[in-house]
Amino acid sequence: MRVVLAEDSVLLREGLIRLLDASGMTVVAAVDEAEGLLRAAEEHRPELVITDVRMPPTHTDEGLRAALVLRRQQPGLPVLVLSQYVEERYAAQLLASAADGGVGYLLKDRVADVTEFIDALRRVASGGTALDPEVVAQLIVRGDSHPLERLTPREHEVLQLMAEGRSNAGIGQALVLSEGAVGKHIGNIFTKLDLSPAEGDHRRVLAVLQFLKIRSSP
Amino acid sequence: MKVPRPWSARAWLDTAHVMIGLPVAVLLAGSTIVAIVVPPVLRGGLPLFTRLQRSRFEVFLGARIPPVHTPGNLRSAVTWRQIGYHLLSPVVGLVGAVLVALTWGGAVVGLLAFLPARIERPPLQFEFDLRDGRVVVVFMAAGFALLLLAPVLARGMAALDLFVARTLLGPSRSELGQRIETLTESRAGVIDAADAERRRIERDLHDGAQQRLVSLAMNLGLARATLTDLPEPAREAIERAHEEAKQALKELRDFVRGLHPAVLNDQGLDAALSGVAARAPFPVRLRVDIERRVTPTIEAVAFFIVSEALTNIAKHAAAKRAEVSVRREHDRLHVLVHDDGCGGARMDAGTGLRGLAQRVDAVDGTLRLSSPLGGPTTIEVDLPCA
Repeated sequence: MRVVLAEDSVLLREGLIRLLDASGMTVVAAVDEAEGLLRAAEEHRPELVITDVRMPPTHTDEGLRAALVLRRQQPGLPVLVLSQYVEERYAAQLLASAADGGVGYLLKDRVADVTEFIDALRRVASGGTALDPEVVAQLIVRGDSHPLERLTPREHEVLQLMAEGRSNAGIGQALVLSEGAVGKHIGNIFTKLDLSPAEGDHRRVLAVLQFLKIRSSP
Repeated sequence: MKVPRPWSARAWLDTAHVMIGLPVAVLLAGSTIVAIVVPPVLRGGLPLFTRLQRSRFEVFLGARIPPVHTPGNLRSAVTWRQIGYHLLSPVVGLVGAVLVALTWGGAVVGLLAFLPARIERPPLQFEFDLRDGRVVVVFMAAGFALLLLAPVLARGMAALDLFVARTLLGPSRSELGQRIETLTESRAGVIDAADAERRRIERDLHDGAQQRLVSLAMNLGLARATLTDLPEPAREAIERAHEEAKQALKELRDFVRGLHPAVLNDQGLDAALSGVAARAPFPVRLRVDIERRVTPTIEAVAFFIVSEALTNIAKHAAAKRAEVSVRREHDRLHVLVHDDGCGGARMDAGTGLRGLAQRVDAVDGTLRLSSPLGGPTTIEVDLPCA
């Protein structure tokens, strides 16, 4: 898999290149600022883009803005954003950029759990989502009266794992539930969030997206 | 005012202050007159005279007269106020010394009135006979009254002297006003500087140690995942190192958050607080209603309040849920933290709440706490954010 990487810390950049190489991916370009990222993605047409949020020159959110530009320019291009902290607005912007997945937003520390990190990369590259558990936790505390409040604690847990991008089997494993039980919980979540079956397979993403949207529209 | 007893140290210090005041005042008044005529003496002398008087107040009365900057020329009002004091103080000193000396003297004479009764020939001729018992009693009563009066009078005279000195040697009202203004400014400066320093440390940690640790943890993770054919002890060592690196990373992240979360700089209170609320071990309902961002310092204080309050609730309140609301109304930022815990939080009990109050005080905010035993607890904070 061909990857473009944007990260301004040399140490982390070199480490990530090594890590990706060891996992059978090829880093076709590694840059250290947002402009370079846009150029590299244009030139190499990668299968996955990994970018840091904070990058020069202003060290605020250029990486994220570049990711959003890329999603507009190349619809469906899988993008994984790494950040020092997680902020649901970033996640909302990212997910809102396309409902068809292929986005990930993880805390930088997650890189340390190599296997899980690589899993998340593959998931994003194949059109799935990978949201950091902390983002989901933040979304759940937002207290305005939205449909999320109707969910039971168990359904919250299921939604959280769903938002992280796990499959039904993965959720079942994490919560020690049968796949059938997971499916039932997910069905309840869809009903409570008013997602009709007509909307098809993307309902998993839509479920997460829905409350992200509720949050990001004031 | 507590009436000093004649045998108390206070009484004697006051008396000494007043009595020594007279010769000192006379000497300094003379010197001051010379100084006015000979300006070079004025420049060096006047501050010296003032220092001398100030030290007299400090030694005998324990009263500190705040020093003022003396320009040492006759164009300055400060100079003239000082000259005024040095010329006026002999008058005050004389009145004081005479009154105090007379009362103490009267007391001694009166109390010793029984002595002349034994003396054969009275040294002075009085209309009445000092050997008469009734006269002696009257004298002794008067002496006793004077004895009780003397310390009060000494106190009063010392206070009068101090009042005049404070007025003329200390800073004037407008100077005090200016000083408060300067202090307020410098306090704000110190707070802003401390806040900027926190941000700098956060940035340094983020750019340095944190990246290094992430890289270390990643490399260890990589080793753990790839070096599966190592002997058991070596694999165990790598696993342990990996776990420790991840733990260190988590601790560092929590520390940086407590210090000054980067998200606060970049995204403001709303984002930073939702992170804090999400990490609380109980559900937190959060409302943030801020149209325009407030200053970094006020943001930092508000963040600190909420994060400390939630930490306190987690530690002590046994609460099932909490509510946080932050609202900006014109030039005030209202922060409210409410929980359904066991209550009984007191300002003077732990250090947590006191720390909050201090942070709030430092920026001229107000803090109200309502926490009856059995709960609920509400902390309301009002911060200026013009």
